[in-house]
Amino acid sequence: MDLGSINPILLVASIMVSATPILLAAIGEMVVEKSGVLNLGVEGMMITGAVVGFAVAVNTGSPVLGFAAAALASAVLSLSFGVLTQVFLSNQVATGLGLTLVGLGLSALIGKPYEGMKSPTLPKLDIPLLGDLPVLGRMLFSHDIMVYLSLALVAAVWAFLKFTRAGLILRAVGESHDAAHALGYKVVRIRLMAIFFGGACAGLGGAYLSLVRVPQWTEGMTAGAGWIALAIVVFASWRAGRVLIGAYLFGGVTVLQLNLQAAGARVPVELLSTSPYLITILVLVLISARGIHGAPACLGRPFHASS
Amino acid sequence: MIRLEKRPQPSQLWTVLTPVLAVLLTMLVGGIMFAFLGTDPLEAIRTIFWDPLFNPQFAGFTRPQLLVKAGPLILIAIGLSIGFRAGIWNIGAEGQYIMGAICGAGAGLAFYPADSVLIFPLMILCGALGGFAWAMIPALLKVRFGTNEILVSLMLVYVAENLLASVASNLLRNPEGMGFPGSRNFKQWPAAHNAELISGTGMHWGVAFAFIAVILAYVLMSRHIQGFNIRLTGEAPRAARFAGVNPARIVILCLGISGALAGMAGLFEVTGPAGQISIDFNSGYGFTAIIVAFLGRLHPVGILLAGLLMALTYIGGELAQLMLGVPGAAIQLFQGMLLFFLLATDVFTNFRLSLGRKEPA
Amino acid sequence: MNRRTLFTSVAAATLAATAAFAQTDGEPVKAGFIYVGPIGDGGWTYEHNKARLAVEEEFGDAVETVYQESVPEGADAERAITQMALSGADIIFTTSFGYMDPTIAVAEKFPDVKFEHATGYKRADNVSTYSARFYEGRAIQGHIAGSMTETNKIGYIASFPIPEVIRGINSAYLHAKKVNPDVEFSVVWAYTWFDPAKEADAARALIENGNDVILQHTDSTAPQAAAQEAGNVITFGQASDMAEYAPMPRVSSIIDDWAPYYIDRVKAVMDGTWESTDTWDGIGPGMVGIGEITDAVPAEVKEEALALKESIASGDYHPFTGPINRQDGSVWLAEGETASDGDLLGMDFYVEGLTGEIPN
Repeated sequence: MDLGSINPILLVASIMVSATPILLAAIGEMVVEKSGVLNLGVEGMMITGAVVGFAVAVNTGSPVLGFAAAALASAVLSLSFGVLTQVFLSNQVATGLGLTLVGLGLSALIGKPYEGMKSPTLPKLDIPLLGDLPVLGRMLFSHDIMVYLSLALVAAVWAFLKFTRAGLILRAVGESHDAAHALGYKVVRIRLMAIFFGGACAGLGGAYLSLVRVPQWTEGMTAGAGWIALAIVVFASWRAGRVLIGAYLFGGVTVLQLNLQAAGARVPVELLSTSPYLITILVLVLISARGIHGAPACLGRPFHASS
Repeated sequence: MIRLEKRPQPSQLWTVLTPVLAVLLTMLVGGIMFAFLGTDPLEAIRTIFWDPLFNPQFAGFTRPQLLVKAGPLILIAIGLSIGFRAGIWNIGAEGQYIMGAICGAGAGLAFYPADSVLIFPLMILCGALGGFAWAMIPALLKVRFGTNEILVSLMLVYVAENLLASVASNLLRNPEGMGFPGSRNFKQWPAAHNAELISGTGMHWGVAFAFIAVILAYVLMSRHIQGFNIRLTGEAPRAARFAGVNPARIVILCLGISGALAGMAGLFEVTGPAGQISIDFNSGYGFTAIIVAFLGRLHPVGILLAGLLMALTYIGGELAQLMLGVPGAAIQLFQGMLLFFLLATDVFTNFRLSLGRKEPA
Repeated sequence: MNRRTLFTSVAAATLAATAAFAQTDGEPVKAGFIYVGPIGDGGWTYEHNKARLAVEEEFGDAVETVYQESVPEGADAERAITQMALSGADIIFTTSFGYMDPTIAVAEKFPDVKFEHATGYKRADNVSTYSARFYEGRAIQGHIAGSMTETNKIGYIASFPIPEVIRGINSAYLHAKKVNPDVEFSVVWAYTWFDPAKEADAARALIENGNDVILQHTDSTAPQAAAQEAGNVITFGQASDMAEYAPMPRVSSIIDDWAPYYIDRVKAVMDGTWESTDTWDGIGPGMVGIGEITDAVPAEVKEEALALKESIASGDYHPFTGPINRQDGSVWLAEGETASDGDLLGMDFYVEGLTGEIPN
C-alpha cells in the first residue's frame, strides 16, 4: 500500500468534477422542496438532460448550446410533473416515480442515433494568475465553466432564499401554503416556477455527465445519480451551503474509494458506499431530535385553493 | 374560465370511469408513439393488452405469469396503502423487500440441506421479520425524534442494496457456484422452494398471501376499529388525537405491516420466481408497488386490479418487444404515460370541473 | 414435483408439435437472443447483437431472428426465455452468466428447442455452453502494456471478483512482467459491468496515481475518454473495438466476435446436426479478436505482439505456462506445465508478484 501516491491536489480536483452533476441536480431539487413539492423524478429529468444536451452539442458543435437545450428540455419535462401535481392534484410521490419512468424511456428513444458518437466538450478555463497559483491553481482554478457555474448557482440560491422577497415568499409557500394563499400569493404559480427551475438544474447536471464527465451518451448512463441528488437535499437539511458539502461528500466518497483502491489499500467498498446514506439518516435524526424540523412543513402535501 | 371544485364526496361514477379513460388515452397517445417508431399501432396495442390474456400461442403461459408478476406488487402495495391512508409515507418498501429476502433466505440456508416441512414456514417468518425490522428503523425514529419517514425509508433502500451486494458475494454465496456471486438456487432444494401450489396456474404461496392480504386489508380498513383509527389519523390527525388514537401506535402499526408484507414478498420472490439471492434479484418491485397503490386508489380491491394491470403492461410489453421488435425503452415510456394519464384523470373523482367566472375565494 | 413433470410434458408436447410443424413447412429457422443490457451499450450486448445481425446477413430469408434487450437476471429472465421458446424459436442464445439456472429450467420444458448459454457451466441434452478465452487476448495486452509503460505502473479496472476477471488480471500481469520485471499492477474493483461515470472516475483515479496504461474489464468507453483527456496514457478496447479512440489512447483491443459461432450453431440447427457441446474458444477459431494495433505502438513491440498472437492462435503457446507460483509463493504450475481448463474456470487467486488481495 502506498497512500503517498494519492495526490491530494488532483484528488480534490477530481472530486469537484465528479460532484458537479449531483450538485446541480440537488440545488435545483432543494428549491423545489423549499416550495413544498417533493419531486422524485430527478433521475428522469437528469437523463433527459444528458441525452438532449449531447444530441444538441453533437448537431451544433457547441457544448454551450447543448447545456442550454438540456436545461430547457428537462424543465419542460418537469412541467408535466408540475401540471399533474399542481393543477390535477395528483400524488407527488407517484407522479415523481412516473416522471422517472418517462424520462428513462424517452431518453433511450431519443438517444438511439447518438450511441457511440463523440461530442465536443467544454474546454478547461485557463484563468490567468489564479490558475498559476502553486497548489490551488491546479486544485481549484483549472476547471471548466460549469464547475464554477454550479458553485455560483449554489451561492445565488442561498442569497435568493435568504435575502430576497421572492425567496421569502417561496419559503412561505413551502411552510404553509394556506397562509401564503390567504396573503394573496399564487401558490400554484410559484410552485410551478420552482419545479421548472429544478428541472432546468437537473438537466444541466445530466448534460454535465454526458458532455464533460464521461463524456458520451449511453442508455441509462445516470445510473442512479438522480436518487443521490435527492439524498443530498435531505442530508443538507434544505440549506444551500450544506448541499454543496453534501454533494462533495457523496461525490468524494466514490472518488476517494477508487483512489484508495488505486493506491493499493484494501477498502470495504460496500461499507464505504453505504456511509453517506447512514450519515444522512444520522443528520436527519439529529436535526429532528433538536426539534427543528429541517423539512419544509408542506413538503409533499397537495394544495387546492378551495380546501 | 375552467376551474376545479372539490366534490363533497368522491364520485362513484368517475372512480370506475377514470381508469378506462386513462387506458384509452394511453392507447391513443401510445399508438401515436408506436406509429412514430414504425410499428403498427393497432398491432402493438393488441400485443400489449390482448395477447398476454388471449393469444393462443402464449396465453397458456402468460396468464399464470400475470399472477406471478402481480403477486409481489399487490402484497407490497396493500401494506403501503394502509400507511398511506394514515398519512405515513413509507417509500422504502424496496429496502424492506430486499431485507426480507436476505433474512428469510439466510435463515433457510443455515439449515441447508436439511429436509423438513418446517423450513419454509420458518423462512417466511424470518422474511416478514426482516422487512418488519427494517421498517421499524424509520418508525421508531419517527416516534422517538419526529424524523421524516419518507426520507429515512428512502435512504435505507440504498443501504439495503449495498448489503445485498455484500451478502450475495460473501455471506450467502453458493459455495458450489464456481466463485460467482449469488446464493444457492432454492428451486433445487425442495424444502425451501416456493413452488406453484397448483401446477400451471402461477399460484405460489406469495400470490396466495397477496390474495389473503387483500381480504384482510379490506376487513381491517372497513370493519375494524384500527382501520377506522388509521383513516381518521390520515384525514384529520387532530380529531384522531382527541378521539384518543395514539399516533405513535399508528405509525408503528402501519410501518410494521407494510414492512412485514414487503419482506414476505421478497422472500417469496427469491425462493420462487427469482430462485436465488443475487446482486440484482430485486426488480424495483418496491417502487413499482407505490405506483400500484396509487393506481388502486389505496383501496384493496383497486390495488388488486391495478397490480394485475401493471403486470399486464409488463408482460404485454415483453411480448411486443419479442414479436414486433419494439424497443424496451418504448415500453417504459408507455407505462409512464399510462401512469400519468391515470393520475391526471383521477382529479375528476374528487373534483368537478366548473365553467364560469372565478368567485372570490 | 410430479405435478411439475406433468406440466413439463404437456408443454413439451405442445411445443414439439409447433416445432415439427415449423420445420416441415419449410419455414425459416428462428433464432432468439436474450440480452442483459441495451443493444446500444457499446460493449457486451452490442457485440452479441452484431453477431445476431451477422447471422441474418449470412442466411438471409432462411433465418428469422428475434431478441429481447435489458432482461434482468432474475425472475424475469425465465419468463422472457419461455416466451421466446413459445414464440417458436428453434434456438435461443442466452447471453449472460446470470441466465444459467433459468436457461436450464426452461430447457427442461422445451426439449426440442436448442439453448446456448454464454459463460456458464451447466449443460443438458439441449443446452450448450460457450465462452471465449479472453485471457489469450489479455496476454497480448499485457505484453504491449508492459513494453510501453514508462512509469512501470499499470492500472486495471476490474468489475466483480469472479474467475473470469481474475484470469484476465493474471494473464495480463504475467505477460507484462515477462517484458518488464519492474511492472506493478493497481487493480480497482468497480463492482459494476457498466456505469460510465464510475468507470471514468476509476480511470482518473488510476491515472492520477501514476498509472500510464489502463486496462479495463468493464464495458463502457468512459475510461478511454478519461485517458484521452489525460494525454500520455494508453488503453485497450474491451468487448468491442472502440476504434473511435484509436490511434491514441486506444492502441489495440479485445473484440468478442460471436458471429462465427452463432452462424455455425444456427447452421447446425438447419442441418439437424446440432448437439450439446461445451465451447471455449480463443484467438485461433476467431472468437477472440485482437483489434488493430495502432502506430502509437513501437514497431518492434507490435511485431512481438503479433508473433505472440500467432503462437497462441496456433496452439504453440499457452498463456498460462509454468513455472507460475501463486501469490503466496506456493507452486501452481511447474516448469513447462500448462494450466488445465478446470483450474482456469475456478481461478480464485492472484499469481505471484501481484499485490493486494482479491476481495471476497
